Amino acid sequence: MLDLTYDTPKVKTIAGAKHDWELVIGIEVHAQVSSNAKLFSGASTQFGAEPNSNVAFVDAAMPGMLPVINEYCIEQAVRTGLGLKADINLKSAFDRKNYFYPDLPQGYQISQLYHPIVGEGEVLVEMGDGTARLVRIERIHMEQDAGKSIHDMDPNMSFVDLNRTGVCLMEIVSRPDIRGPEEAAAYIAKIRQIMRYLGTCDGNMQNGNLRADVNVSICLPGAYEKYQETQDFDYLGTRCEIKNMNSMRFIQQAIEVEARRQIAIVEGGGTVDQETRLYDPDKGETRSMRSKEEAHDYRYFPDPDLLPLEIEQAWVDDIAAGLPELPDEKKARFIADFGLTDYDASVLTAEVESAAYFEEVAQGRNGKLAANWVINELFGRLKKEDHEITDSPVSPTQLGGIIDLIASDAISGKIAKDLFEIVYTTGGDPAEIVDARGMKQVTDTGAIEAALDEIIAANPAQVEKAKVNPKLAGWFVGQVMKATGGKANPKAVNQLVAQKLGG
Amino acid sequence: MSELNTLGLGEARDLLRKGEATSVELTEACLKAIEDAGALNAFVHKTPELAMERAAAADTRLKAGDAPAMCGLPVGIKDLFCTKGVESQAASAILDGFKPEYESTVSQQLADAGAVMLGKLNMDEFAMGSSNETSTYGNVVNPWRRGNDDAPLTPGGSSGGSASAVAADLCLAATGTDTGGSIRQPAAFTGITGIKPTYGRCSRWGIIAFASSLDQAGPMTKSVRDAAIMLEAMCGHDPKDSTSADLAVPNFEAMLTGDIKGKKIGIPKEYRMEGMPGEIEQLWADGAAMLKDAGAEIVDISLPHTKYALPAYYVIAPAEASSNLARYDGVRYGQRASLAQGDGITEMYEKTRAEGFGPEVQRRVMIGTYVLSAGFYDAYYNRARRVRTLIKKDFEDVFAQGVDAILTPATPSAAFGLGEMTDADPVQMYLNDVFTVTVNLAGLPGISVPAGVDKQGLPLGLQLIGRPWEEGDLLNTAYALESAAGFVAKAGKWW
Repeated sequence: MLDLTYDTPKVKTIAGAKHDWELVIGIEVHAQVSSNAKLFSGASTQFGAEPNSNVAFVDAAMPGMLPVINEYCIEQAVRTGLGLKADINLKSAFDRKNYFYPDLPQGYQISQLYHPIVGEGEVLVEMGDGTARLVRIERIHMEQDAGKSIHDMDPNMSFVDLNRTGVCLMEIVSRPDIRGPEEAAAYIAKIRQIMRYLGTCDGNMQNGNLRADVNVSICLPGAYEKYQETQDFDYLGTRCEIKNMNSMRFIQQAIEVEARRQIAIVEGGGTVDQETRLYDPDKGETRSMRSKEEAHDYRYFPDPDLLPLEIEQAWVDDIAAGLPELPDEKKARFIADFGLTDYDASVLTAEVESAAYFEEVAQGRNGKLAANWVINELFGRLKKEDHEITDSPVSPTQLGGIIDLIASDAISGKIAKDLFEIVYTTGGDPAEIVDARGMKQVTDTGAIEAALDEIIAANPAQVEKAKVNPKLAGWFVGQVMKATGGKANPKAVNQLVAQKLGG
Repeated sequence: MSELNTLGLGEARDLLRKGEATSVELTEACLKAIEDAGALNAFVHKTPELAMERAAAADTRLKAGDAPAMCGLPVGIKDLFCTKGVESQAASAILDGFKPEYESTVSQQLADAGAVMLGKLNMDEFAMGSSNETSTYGNVVNPWRRGNDDAPLTPGGSSGGSASAVAADLCLAATGTDTGGSIRQPAAFTGITGIKPTYGRCSRWGIIAFASSLDQAGPMTKSVRDAAIMLEAMCGHDPKDSTSADLAVPNFEAMLTGDIKGKKIGIPKEYRMEGMPGEIEQLWADGAAMLKDAGAEIVDISLPHTKYALPAYYVIAPAEASSNLARYDGVRYGQRASLAQGDGITEMYEKTRAEGFGPEVQRRVMIGTYVLSAGFYDAYYNRARRVRTLIKKDFEDVFAQGVDAILTPATPSAAFGLGEMTDADPVQMYLNDVFTVTVNLAGLPGISVPAGVDKQGLPLGLQLIGRPWEEGDLLNTAYALESAAGFVAKAGKWW
């Protein structure tokens, strides 16, 4: 397997009125665990159900109801931890985070403050330009999601939907190792990619199944390096946390806007308050969520309804043994086995389904040719209609068939594109279509020669010109292709034209 | 034959099986006793129709020879237990009219064992209190009185309704719950038996939570044998409660041999409190002597961290309660305050909780919120948890020295008068739990057995504390003590 090494990406700097400033970013990703049932109840997690239809007694915090942990959710958290090369804590525990809100029926969220299930890990974030940053993961803990408050359905009332209440989330906390808006987006994309490979989170940001809280601070050049040496946060600026974002675009905008806000404060002689902020994409600004007097004291304490969670190393080992090939390994293998470029390998491994599709096509074929066809033709065509790879009307067998026809010189690359379009829209076996429609390219030099001779005879003036200017040979090639309905083997035509005109 | 409602579980069971009485007769006798006992204010929600239905069904099973352990035996259920379709309010206004759609595991197991529920029993609000005076239904009255004095006495708390109902023969037995002494103290005040089993023995599922790491259900009965019968039906592993122990339940009744020869009984010196009434001291000494006569070895032991138990308890229990009671917010069920124009969600919470919770519950919610708050957490909550660990270790050490059970008084006094503590510092009331809270903090089984009466004729109880999961052995020691003490006094019927 190839060992991929990368340069470190350039740190994003923003020019202030007085200095250039660097950004320091840490991200908390909230990922909804893919599971059928909630973290502490048997209620369904299905999205889009009738309001308050996926609610067990414990989700509604009925008196005397008790949480019982869903073992599958633990397995998913462990799997995610292993995927992020993180330490798995065999003993973890659940704490209560206490606050009042109507969509939080218990009056507390069950979370893991003191003893998370997953400890330190790391993730390689490639920037697509040959650079990559290694971002450290501080921890992953499991927690319950809250429900949904609806304030705009009635002028006098608010409504609460508890379907989401108690759904298992993983909070993946990074170290402040991310140095710019693009890196932040690439980091979240990488986490999302790994979880999708693992099947632990579907990564659907639109449905809110993947959200991020982004911590942003600014510092002068050189300060971050001192932090890295000492791990002393005093070298860094005061951070603000931008809450609850579920769009890659807004995340990048918000980081930039927030950094500029902080720069203006600091350069104006002020100090940044550590606080929680919200990004308003319409106004293009972040604003404070609550003032200091309203700051919550969550009164965390160990949840007495749940015993400490103890898991066995053997179980973790079993899960590790069952892990799928992860993006980094798959990409390295694609480069090594199929001779792909770093870029093509990245594109093809972005989604596990695309990678599987490509592998099926590339099996026993020219990897580079397969990659070109999958990326340029298939992905391009799918994107046009906003289709996913899983909805592709062209199967890997069909695309492989097209590539085989090219490889055997049965059709030209140009004809292959027409053939692809036919297969895409009407289906069918590519070889049969080629036969039935007479698309096979003419490699019979006799037939090509006859056509060429006819053209030469009909165009003596052109022949004379071409003899002086060899560039005009292309005109004859074009005429032959036209005469043969594009089916003539271009290589053979070129050779013959050169022979006849040059001779 | 004495009136059927005065029977204990064991005696009634035997009568039913011999066909000498029916469950319907037994249940009718209890329902009549309940109707006549309004003055005690023990039953707050009565379910006579349901009871008669279950009694008839029990009689059918008895006739068919298919009778489970408690078939046809009428019992009362503390209001803290959720009972399907029947008001379950934890004696709080905030759960006014709340009828759950589910049945607590313990009350379901009792029903499965054939027991007949007569209704719901009064208690302190959310089980917070030692005198039953914090109930939204008004206080329970103890059937016992001092000599010829008519002054109403407390039955203790929080399971005061259960204690009073059993002592007054309104039911054959009742469920209680015990977070810091709420089974054992009222049992002692009313001359009955009450056992709090090891934490994790009885499922907490469906029992309205007060302090989750301390709460345990247990039976309140007329004898140790009855406690053994009923505990066996109540306990067992429940996958719906993560803190429930996956252990087999022994046949407790079969373990009541009365033979305690060679058992080592510890007398902890730290329980000898300053200002303890002479009568209590005498009772304790008498109890030790009785156990010695029965063949046990009496040893002096030390539980050095005992004096820190009460303060630690009054940090941990309110801390958990402040969080457990956050769900009573007026949003989904129970009481919601009427709101003024312009009131928002904060006002809804504040008004609902101010109206719905009584003063003692509010006090504990505030204490709990305070001890968990940033800046105080280590000084209070974490320190209390460390004390708890030390108290647990105290017990482990003496058990490791071969001690089988520990004998202490159950309460520092006999039942006191209702209203007597109204103006006292709340801490005075909390002192009632001084002998019992250690057992909850350590998660151990403890049983209160009536062992004598004071000068005014009021019952006094002794407490035996056992090794974890050895309720059978503990019940047997209690059985020996019960037999030796020969407590037969009953409250004179005045109601």
